[in-house]
Amino acid sequence: MSSAPLLLKNAARLENFGHSLQRVAYVFRPQHTDELPALFEQARAAGLSVGLRGSGRSYGDAALNTGQIVLELGELTRILEWDAGTGIITVEPGVTIEQLWRHALPHGWWPPVVPGTMFPTLGGCLAANIHGKNNWQAGPIGEHVIEFSALLPNGQQVTCNPQQNSELFYAMIGGMGLLGIFTSITLQLKKVYASHVRVTAWTQPHLAGMLAAVDEHKDEDYIVGWLDATARGRALGRGQLHRATYLTEGERAPQQANLDLPPSILGIPKGALPPLMAPFVNNFGVRLVNFAKYSADRLLHNNKTYLQSLVEFNFLLDYIPGWERIYGRGGLVQHQSFIPAAVAEPAFREILQTAQHRGLPPYLAVLKRHRPDKFLLSHAVDGYSLALDFRVPGDPGRLLALAEELDAIVLANGGRFYFAKDGMLTAERARAFLRPETLARLLSLKAQTDPHNLLQHDLFRRCLVS
Amino acid sequence: MTAQTPTPPEAPLARRKRAVVVGASSGIGAALVRRLAAEGYLVAALSRTPEPLQALANELNLGGQTRALPFAHDVTQLDEIPAMLQRLVTELGGLDLFVYCAGVMPKVDIDEFDLEKDQHMLSVNLAGGIGWLGQVGALFQKQGSGQLVGISSVAGDRGRVLNPAYNASKAGLDTYLEALRNRLSRHGVHVLTVRPGFVNTQILANAPRSFGVISPQQCADGIWKAIKGRKQVVYVPWWWRWLMLAVRNVPSFIFRRLSF
Repeated sequence: MSSAPLLLKNAARLENFGHSLQRVAYVFRPQHTDELPALFEQARAAGLSVGLRGSGRSYGDAALNTGQIVLELGELTRILEWDAGTGIITVEPGVTIEQLWRHALPHGWWPPVVPGTMFPTLGGCLAANIHGKNNWQAGPIGEHVIEFSALLPNGQQVTCNPQQNSELFYAMIGGMGLLGIFTSITLQLKKVYASHVRVTAWTQPHLAGMLAAVDEHKDEDYIVGWLDATARGRALGRGQLHRATYLTEGERAPQQANLDLPPSILGIPKGALPPLMAPFVNNFGVRLVNFAKYSADRLLHNNKTYLQSLVEFNFLLDYIPGWERIYGRGGLVQHQSFIPAAVAEPAFREILQTAQHRGLPPYLAVLKRHRPDKFLLSHAVDGYSLALDFRVPGDPGRLLALAEELDAIVLANGGRFYFAKDGMLTAERARAFLRPETLARLLSLKAQTDPHNLLQHDLFRRCLVS
Repeated sequence: MTAQTPTPPEAPLARRKRAVVVGASSGIGAALVRRLAAEGYLVAALSRTPEPLQALANELNLGGQTRALPFAHDVTQLDEIPAMLQRLVTELGGLDLFVYCAGVMPKVDIDEFDLEKDQHMLSVNLAGGIGWLGQVGALFQKQGSGQLVGISSVAGDRGRVLNPAYNASKAGLDTYLEALRNRLSRHGVHVLTVRPGFVNTQILANAPRSFGVISPQQCADGIWKAIKGRKQVVYVPWWWRWLMLAVRNVPSFIFRRLSF
């Protein structure tokens, strides 16, 4: 046998955010970026690949590297530089969105782009090039990166910005951690004059209304739609919209000392909610809940405008800690498709109907407006995205068959997918949306930055290697 | 060295389980590999003799899907266990079930005391078992799940005139499995002790007499049922439990005079 160092003492079981996969890997948690070269060396000596993981918030298998090494970078949490005058901040990759806003908001700055949860690390956010409910206005997070430094597996330490090493800049952001490790990230934050946004909520009775409303308000700071994915017939795609605008200078916001999320919802402590929700996590219960929510939104909250804190408005997924566990043993997967605006209505109609007909209605559906960006592995189009949460059924084959049907609809309409969410694409379908030349470009860049193919993960082997 | 490509990626959301069977070239081990493969497991089959293993793997992989991977390994080489285990975890992509099946029973005469034979039985049946089960147990404790299976024997229930070292090796393995169960069940790890009676394998040829013989397939079926039911100690076939209850309670002044 080889004399390679043994890693068994680092063996641990990791899960994806959807709890649909449990995988064993050799896990290391570097305390300092200085340790990274030695860890690369150790992996090479052991003949193992290295996957990168932040907070483990990827829905699919992007932060899993089965049977191989995983570097959890969540301990690299130092804020390296901060200028409260300009809102420019330089952080290590393990700094989370939460750490970022808690640091910056008291000085009047807010992360320009945030996902629906505050727990992801900035390294992970850049790797997936995440977007928020302001994608039309603000683009993905990568457009707010002034510069980053990265360690490449070939030993090089590089600094990238849109001018310097620009090809690597546009490939590493959105590059899913396959080209190198971000060691420091410099972001331009967004000036805000209050910790609150002005939110308006209203409903639309069908899909066409939802799409038109999202498009009509796309120039506001934030716009997002929730769909009742169980509604059929004329009501197909009905839902509720939220649009929001930042307050301007001089506007008064409520004085709120504690910006944390509320500890209870409708008077029920948050910890008690998952068990109360569990009985509704089935096809019938979800129809009931969606109907009740839509009716309440329409009758009680329609066309209301109110002030809400940025934290409460943005981090919907964090309201109920551990909510994703109520999907049970099989866990949940999300299917998010990005469809050009002109064909979005028929495509989303077909997607929703197909899921309903197969007896696998999405339990949660979210609609957003997007615009294209310049990043190599971009998921965005000039159009809409529809994110559908599915409970993984006892026989996952049923869901995979549905995903194949849905993906065919997306591809036929020139749509795209998002690796932060995806758990069901095949290499063939990934190649079809990325186009072979993009994939070839990624792999040839990878051959330069990572000649030994050290950086890998389960998603890479599933989708990007043929 | 370039990072090796592990076993090809599986279909998304696949929940295929992974097993290792040590001592898989013949007998109960080979039958278990077949049974586990039929149940959907990806099985790493280990044995000192690679040829029959390769044939077994070829047969199971005929359909195009990889079900069994052969690995040459000598359980008496204890030093090699950690590196071998790490390699298995990498190539299988994790581990859910581990079965220690390796066992030898040379022919021993009633008045024979052969140091070499005794030592061989202790190192294969007991030392190899402790080596493997302990290392895999440590892995399972870390991952908070897993099933460990050790093939003990009804021969471990009592020391008898015919093959003292074999009795001792199986009794030792049996006690080790019990200790592992007590250590690991609090970490979500399941430990199964299997005590087969007479099974039609190479070992049986060296048994002075036999009765109620079952085939390795029947034995593997019984073990699979116990794995699935997460049993703790199982006799295969079941009636040995009652027979051995009686045997264990035969007083020594009688047992000393028996040639059984």
